[in-house]
Amino acid sequence: MKSIPVSTTINGDPHEFLCAPDETLLDVLRNRLGLTGAKEGCGTGDCGACSVTIDGRLVCSCLVLGAEAEGAEITTIEGMADGDQLHPLQRHFIDEAALQCGICTPGILVAAKSLLEKNPDPSDEEIRYWLAGNLCRCTGYDKIIRAVQAAAAEMRGA
Amino acid sequence: MSLDEYSRREFKQVGTRVRRPDGVDKVTGRALYGADVTAPGMLIGRILRSPHAHAKIKSIDTTAAEALKGVRAVVTSADFGVPDDDFTRDVQDNCMARGKALYDGHAVAAVAATDSATAKAALKLIKVDYEILPHVTDVDEAMKPDAPVVQKGRVQENVPSGYSENVTAHFEFGHGDIEAGFAKADKIVERSFKTAATHQGYIEPHACLAAVTSDGKADLWCCTQGQFFVRTLCADIIGMEASQLRVTASEIGGGFGGKTTVFIEPVALALSKKSGRPVKIVMTRDEVFRATGPTVSSSSDVKIGMTKDGRITAGLATLRYQGGAFPCGTTEFGCSAAFAAYDLDAVKTLGWSVLTNRPKEAAYRAPGAPMAVYAVESVVDELCRHFDLDPLEVRLKNAARKGTKSSYGPTFSDIGLVATLEAAQKHPHYAAPLGPNQGRGLSCGFWFNFGGNTCVSLNVNTDGTVGITEGNPDIGGSRASISLMAAEELGIPYEKIRTVVVDTNSLGYNDVTDGSRVTFAVGLATIKAARDAIKKMCGRAAKMWGIDPEAVEWKDGAAVPAGPNAGKFPPMTLAEIAAVSAKTGGPIAGHHEVNADGAGVSFGVHLVDVEVDKETGATKVLRYTIFQDAGKAVHPDYVEGQMQGGAVQGIGWALNEEYIYGKDGKLQNPGFLDYRVPVASDLPNIETVILEIPNPGHPYGVRGVGETPIVPPLAAISNAVSHATGVRMTELPMSPPRVLKAITDGA
Repeated sequence: MKSIPVSTTINGDPHEFLCAPDETLLDVLRNRLGLTGAKEGCGTGDCGACSVTIDGRLVCSCLVLGAEAEGAEITTIEGMADGDQLHPLQRHFIDEAALQCGICTPGILVAAKSLLEKNPDPSDEEIRYWLAGNLCRCTGYDKIIRAVQAAAAEMRGA
Repeated sequence: MSLDEYSRREFKQVGTRVRRPDGVDKVTGRALYGADVTAPGMLIGRILRSPHAHAKIKSIDTTAAEALKGVRAVVTSADFGVPDDDFTRDVQDNCMARGKALYDGHAVAAVAATDSATAKAALKLIKVDYEILPHVTDVDEAMKPDAPVVQKGRVQENVPSGYSENVTAHFEFGHGDIEAGFAKADKIVERSFKTAATHQGYIEPHACLAAVTSDGKADLWCCTQGQFFVRTLCADIIGMEASQLRVTASEIGGGFGGKTTVFIEPVALALSKKSGRPVKIVMTRDEVFRATGPTVSSSSDVKIGMTKDGRITAGLATLRYQGGAFPCGTTEFGCSAAFAAYDLDAVKTLGWSVLTNRPKEAAYRAPGAPMAVYAVESVVDELCRHFDLDPLEVRLKNAARKGTKSSYGPTFSDIGLVATLEAAQKHPHYAAPLGPNQGRGLSCGFWFNFGGNTCVSLNVNTDGTVGITEGNPDIGGSRASISLMAAEELGIPYEKIRTVVVDTNSLGYNDVTDGSRVTFAVGLATIKAARDAIKKMCGRAAKMWGIDPEAVEWKDGAAVPAGPNAGKFPPMTLAEIAAVSAKTGGPIAGHHEVNADGAGVSFGVHLVDVEVDKETGATKVLRYTIFQDAGKAVHPDYVEGQMQGGAVQGIGWALNEEYIYGKDGKLQNPGFLDYRVPVASDLPNIETVILEIPNPGHPYGVRGVGETPIVPPLAAISNAVSHATGVRMTELPMSPPRVLKAITDGA
C-alpha cells in the first residue's frame, strides 16, 4: 500500500508525515512523531487512554486514521502544559493524588479539559458520565473526580 | 528478625500528603512505559496463538513466513531448551507451547519483522497442523474422573485417588474438633458458591524491548512488577548468566499481581538472539485477556455453626480453584485466608487445585483470598439474619485479636480487626436509613502481607541532597513513601531526596513488588540504610571534632555532641558534613540488605449500600465506606488510593466482570467492551477511614495496605444485594440477568 502524505498541526506546531492508509492516528503520533503520551490500552475505543482532540473534538486516536488528520488541529497531552506551567488540571491531579500508575492519566486529562471547555461548572455526576469512556483501574475514580472539581473551581476563579 | 522493630515517635514528615516525584512526568505524558521506547534497528515481534482450547501440535511449518521480505526471525518451542525444574518449565511452556496448545490464545510461534504489518502478515503464513483434543474449562467438570486431562503427571502425592489427573494439589488447614463444634451450634448453614475468573485489567498491555548482542550480553526493558525476577526467569529460559542480562523496569501501567511473571519477554529475547536486532513486542488487549493471567475461578462449600447469641462454634470450608493449564499455588492462600478474621475453637479448610484449558492463572491482589472470604462472610451474614443479630456485633464477638490462634496456624500479634469493626460501628454510614429495594452489606477482609528480599542504597550527595536507589517498580506511589521515610529518619526535607527504581545490575536482588511488601520492606530497608548513613556521618563529625564517634548523636538533621561531657560543638548538618566528605574519608552512603520478616497482617471492613432494580436485575452501588488498619499511613493519599482502587476492583468482580467461555472452549469476551470493568459513572465516592495500629515488625509501624481492600467487596456487595432482593446470592458476578433470575426463582 502506498503511503499518504499528511500536513497537520499538532499542539500548535506544523507537522508533515507519511502514513499507511490503514494506520491509526495513535500509531502515527506514537511511532512516527515520538508523541508517546497518548497510550494504547485497547485499540478498540473502549479505554480512552489514547484520547486527543481533533479540531476541538474529543476522540480516541486509535479509532481515527492518520490520513484523517490532514489539515486538522490536533492537541495531545504533550500540548497541555504551557512550557513549565502546568495546566490547573495537571496540577490538581498531582495535588489530589488522582493518579497511581498514571497510564490512563494523559487520556483522562485530555478528556477532562474537553469537558471543562464545554461545561466549566460540572456536577460530580456530569464528570462521572463524561469520563465514563476513560478506564482507570488503580484509583476507583474518587480522587480523579475531586481533582477535576478542584481544577474547575480554580479555572472559574471560585 | 524479631518483632520488636517498632518504637513510638512523633512524625514530622511521615503522614503528610506530599507531591509524588513522578507526578509531573505522568501528567505531561513524559513518563516512559513499556511500549514507549525504541531502539535503532528495532524489529517488531508478534505472536501466533492457538485458536483451539486444547490441541496437539503435530507440526509447525514456518518456511513461508521466513521467506517473506522483512521477516528477520521466526521462533517456536524448538528454539527453546527444556528447563529441568517444573516451575521454570511451566513459565516457559506458557510463553511458548511445547507439543500441545493448552488454551485458546496459547502462544505457538512468533515472528520478528521490520514493521508490525509485515509481522502480522508473516503470522498468517505459519502453518500449524493441530489435532484437536477434548477440553474442559469448568472447575467442577475438570475434577471428574472422566474429564479431559489437561496435563499428565502433575498430581502431588497427597491427592487422594478417585479424581481426574487435573486435580494436582490438596491443602488442609485448621484446628479443633469440627464435629463437636457443630454439635454445639443452635443453627448450621451450609451453602455452595461460585465465582468467575476475573482479570487484573491493568490498562497497559504487556510490552518489552529486548536487545541481545553477539557477545552474549542482553538488555531487556519491560513493564514488570519485578525486574529481578524477570531476570531470573529469562536467564534460566534463554540460558544466560544473570550478570549478562540487564533488566530495566519501565514505568508500569498497572499490575495488581498480573505483571509478576513473564509472557513475552523470553520470546522477545529469543527473537533478538536469532535476528541479531533489538525486538519489541507489545501485546494487544485481546492477547492480554486470552493469554495472560486472570485469577482463578472457584467453586466452594461452606458450613458454619452458630449459637443463638452469635458465637461461631465451628467453620468448615472446601475450596476448589482452577488456575488454568498449569498447577496453581493460589489455593493455599485461599484456604489460609478463609476464616482468618475469626477466633475459632474448631475450624477446617480444605483446598483443591485443578487444571483446566484456560490461561495460566497469575496473582491478582490478595490472590485466592477474595473468593474464600466471600463464601465464609456470606454464610456468617445468613446466620446473623437467621438470629436477627447485628452483623458487626457478631463479628466483634468472634473477632481475631492479639493472641488468637489463627485458622491457618500462626498466633496473631497486634492486629487491627477489632479497631476497624468498632470504627465501622460508630460511623454514620452504619446507622443511615435505607430506601425501598436497597440493602446494606458488610464483610471483613484479610491479607497476610509479605516482606522478603530487599536491598537499598542511600547516597549522601556533596550538596546536601540524597539519592536513594531501590529495586521495586512503583505501582502506587511508593517512591514518595520511601523518600518520606528517608526524610523522616535523616531529618532533611522530603524535597531534598530523590528515589529511583534501578535496573538489575545496580542493586542486589529485590523480590517482586507484590504481597503489599514495598512500603513495608523497602521502607524498612530505607530507614536502616539511613541509619547506616547517619552512623557514618556521626563518625565524620567525631573525626572533625576530635571526639569519640560514640559521643556523637543525630538530631534534627545534624550531628550533635551527645550530652555535656562530649564537648561543646555547634550542630553539624547533613549538608555541612557532606560538603567536606572528600576530606574526611570520601563519599558517604548507607546501605541495607535484608530478607524482611514481620510484615504484619492487615484487616479491613467494608460497608456498602446498594439498590437493585427488580425489573432489570441491575445493581447500583449507592454508598461505600472502607475501614482499614494501615499500621502507619506513610502517605495517606496513596493509602486511601489503594483502599479505593482495591474496593472498586472488588465491585467489578462482584457485579460485572467474568471470563465467559463458550462450549468450544474459547474466551468469548476478550475486550473491555464485553469484559466490563467499573467506569466512573457506575460508582459513588468511596469513603475511607484509616486506622493505625502499629505493626511491631516495622520501625514506624507500617503494614502493607494494597491487597486487603479487594477482599471484602465480594461478600459485602453480595450480602447487600441479598438483603435488597430478599434472595440469598451465591454466584459471582451478580450481573443483571443472574440477579433477575435469582429474584424470579426465589419469588
